[in-house]
Amino acid sequence: MTATRTPAPIATHTTAPAITATGLRKSYGDKLVLDGIDLNIPEGTVFALLGPNGAGKTTTVEILSTLIDADAGEAWVAGRHLTRAADAVRSVIGVTGQFSAVDHLLTAEENLLLMADLHHLDRREGKRRAEDLLRRFDLSEVAGKTAATFSGGMRRKLDLAMTLVGDPRIIFLDEPTTGLDPRSRRTMWEIIRGLVTDDGVTIFLTTQYLEEADQLADRIAVLDHGRLIAEGTADELKQRIPGGHIRVRFADAHGLDTAAGLFGIATRDEDSLTLQIPGDGSIPTLRAVLDTLESTAVQAESLTVHTPNLDDVFLTLTGRPHPADTVAAPEENA
Amino acid sequence: MATLSYAAKDSRTMVRRNLKKALRYPSLTLTVVIMPIMMLLLFNYAFGTALGSGIGPSAAGGGEYIDYLAPGIILMAATSGALTTAISVCVDKTEGIVDRFRTMPISRASFLTGHVVGSVIQTMTSITLVIAVALLVGFRPDATPVEWLAAIGLLALLTLALTWLSAGIGLVAKNVETASNIPMPLTFLPFIGSAIVPPESMPAGLRWFAEYQPFTPIIETLRGLWLGTGIGSSAAIGLAWCVALTVVGYLWARRTFKAGAKR
Repeated sequence: MTATRTPAPIATHTTAPAITATGLRKSYGDKLVLDGIDLNIPEGTVFALLGPNGAGKTTTVEILSTLIDADAGEAWVAGRHLTRAADAVRSVIGVTGQFSAVDHLLTAEENLLLMADLHHLDRREGKRRAEDLLRRFDLSEVAGKTAATFSGGMRRKLDLAMTLVGDPRIIFLDEPTTGLDPRSRRTMWEIIRGLVTDDGVTIFLTTQYLEEADQLADRIAVLDHGRLIAEGTADELKQRIPGGHIRVRFADAHGLDTAAGLFGIATRDEDSLTLQIPGDGSIPTLRAVLDTLESTAVQAESLTVHTPNLDDVFLTLTGRPHPADTVAAPEENA
Repeated sequence: MATLSYAAKDSRTMVRRNLKKALRYPSLTLTVVIMPIMMLLLFNYAFGTALGSGIGPSAAGGGEYIDYLAPGIILMAATSGALTTAISVCVDKTEGIVDRFRTMPISRASFLTGHVVGSVIQTMTSITLVIAVALLVGFRPDATPVEWLAAIGLLALLTLALTWLSAGIGLVAKNVETASNIPMPLTFLPFIGSAIVPPESMPAGLRWFAEYQPFTPIIETLRGLWLGTGIGSSAAIGLAWCVALTVVGYLWARRTFKAGAKR
């Protein structure tokens, strides 16, 4: 009986990666959805799979969470083989999908107790865990209300709480904030960060929001048309692309002209009276620019530093603008 | 050993979940009970006199038209109950909670078992209600307790068969509307059988269909058990239909679930 609750084999695998995959392929009919995906995700980290709609993100999650079989390739989750030991994989993972998987006709508490029963927790332990999760996710007040009456953000929180009843070591979050308002999105981010720092779980996150990947993930992989086209930390990805510059605005056209003469390679914009000077925004570069301006009598109105953001990364890597370009405004630091 | 007891435990959890919802939201269950009761009242009070004198008292074992009518209508409680299974399975599928269950280390069979057992309990409850109403409006069976038991057993077997079929329908249906429409013909099939009038009174083509469709031998068997009319080979044929439909429905639903009914 005790065997069910002990995630024992995991503890011995601390050095092993949480998820490894080689050559995952999947097609539906003649439509190729995944074209050979390799993954290596260390334990206790947040991994973000970033890509536009239809890139194959959900399919990747469905394969790794044992919902569907890949056509080719192999994967191990927590050291267990994905298909040969599917039930062993299921016992250490939790999945919160894009469409909330709660029972709308049951109350929040009943949904959690249902999960506790299915995880074979005894009644007292199940009840205790349900109460804890309700409190942690700020749902105690609506514990007795049916999920059908919940807002999108509350339902998503309940969904994640249900996933946590089983105490998973690896959590798959498929677009966890899609369709949520900005405030609920922030709350969700806080919760996700808490899972990693407090519980030490590994998170496999998919998102089409560059900002979300930037905020949460230790490592980001960019998925496009079923292929991983780049992988690294947010900073590494940003470094791979040009586009950093310092933007100086002047009071009048005369100032702009004078300054443009000083900085040979700068691009000028007559309408906004600004000059874009290529540079990485480091202190020495900034000082050099300011010193040059100082040496002449030109008065600069303002100066901003533009560092490349993930939008630029996406554009550079895929050769087209990010399709869901809604959140990430250019990152301007005064 | 542990696997087996977990399978039973998980199935019980699923049955509890379905019954809890059925009790809390009884409107769907009520709809499927009210339909056969309305039919019973309509055919007995509105058309009963004409139909009764048309088919004569011998068809009902010498009794009133209500005695002829009741067995067929009681069977309709089983066919309309099938609707709830298809709908509730499909709702679970479209709401995504099936996908959640499928990523959990639970018995694979428990989801369908939970729905089927829950639905059979619900449908048997509504069959009991319809029988009670039939008795109230004058249905007078002369069955012994053993015959009653046999009749209820046959209805339970039929319910099981229709429920497994409906579970399969719920899994393949793209949305809830489709899931509630596909089993509709089941509800009408008893009419083109011996539920309302004897097939002998129908035109040749319909009569052939009425005599060979699965519900007719089952209705004839029920009628024989309750009223003492001739059963003949109907019992064996009716049982064979029930077992065959159960096996087909079970295998189909199980395969569809394993294949992973996708959104």
